[in-house]
Amino acid sequence: MSCERMESRILAYVDGRLKESERPDVEKHLAACAPCRLRVEEFRAVSGLLDELPAIEPSPAFDARVRALVAAEPVKTNWWAWLHVPPRVAFAASALLVASLVFGYRSRMIEQPVHVDDAQMMQDLPVLEDHDVLTNFEPLKELPAPADDDSDNVQQQM
Amino acid sequence: MARTDVQLMLDVKAGDEASFELLLHRYRTPLVNFLFRMVRNREQAEDLAQEVFLRVYRAREDYVPSAKFTTWMFRIATNLALNSVRDNRYHKLEDSIDAPVMIDAEGGDEKVLDVADKHPNIEQHLVEDARVKMIRHAIDKLPEKQRAAVLLHKYQELDYAEIAKILSCSESALKSLLFRAYESLRVELAPLVAIQGKA
Repeated sequence: MSCERMESRILAYVDGRLKESERPDVEKHLAACAPCRLRVEEFRAVSGLLDELPAIEPSPAFDARVRALVAAEPVKTNWWAWLHVPPRVAFAASALLVASLVFGYRSRMIEQPVHVDDAQMMQDLPVLEDHDVLTNFEPLKELPAPADDDSDNVQQQM
Repeated sequence: MARTDVQLMLDVKAGDEASFELLLHRYRTPLVNFLFRMVRNREQAEDLAQEVFLRVYRAREDYVPSAKFTTWMFRIATNLALNSVRDNRYHKLEDSIDAPVMIDAEGGDEKVLDVADKHPNIEQHLVEDARVKMIRHAIDKLPEKQRAAVLLHKYQELDYAEIAKILSCSESALKSLLFRAYESLRVELAPLVAIQGKA
């Protein structure tokens, strides 16, 4: 192992977090490399110095301030919450809906309304009136019956 | 048996406010310390820690335990701290050069240097104080991302994968970041390192 590759392992070696599989290679390198051995010692010293930094305690009012901030938070309205109805109510509402649909369908089948297109009837009214006049027109009834179409064609050819 | 962080957070999501109290109790000190070491001001650190807890609470309804709770929480904290450090740096540039000389007092509060401030064992106190100040100064001099990496690694004892996620980098990039940070600290603290090495 090179000194360069040691850079990514040296701190883990110092703080005891090196993977067991990497340890033999690191120790082998350290046994042969004085500068890396010195660096390990100095990193240990730095780590020890960092331990000397005193910790502080949060001030006594800290927790109370956090609680006050949390308490001041607006309560979120869950728009989906209203959908969460008790099962009995949901069952009753479903049953009512099904019953309404069934009753509605049956009553529609029984009292089938006659479909009358008023607009169409109003449009056809003059034609119907003409038809009535023509069918009841007396002088037309006295006329002879029209000649047969086929006999007309034979006469024209002759 | 104590409930895990994830279980507590899921209980908060279900409406159990007492579980949030437990999370607050569990992480108030580590969070305040991490933020204090990042921003170097107790009041600001506490304000930021409160903001972290508030954001955790606000996110309860959408919380999905896809990562470790500490990874998520320290990610929020680190982002807030990095933003704050950047803002502070900007404000410091605007500060008057006539501002009085300030030193860090024990516990992190700032006070004006008072030469007449007497202590019974003043010599020993001054030596210890100077040593701690030197360590603090060395950490403060680190670029903020290196500083966050060192603090999360050294004081929160998070594993490399977690810290990498918090800092949004690969694990190998994190190891390189930490190596460079320790190299800087080794140089900056050389006099103390030499003494420590002999001890």
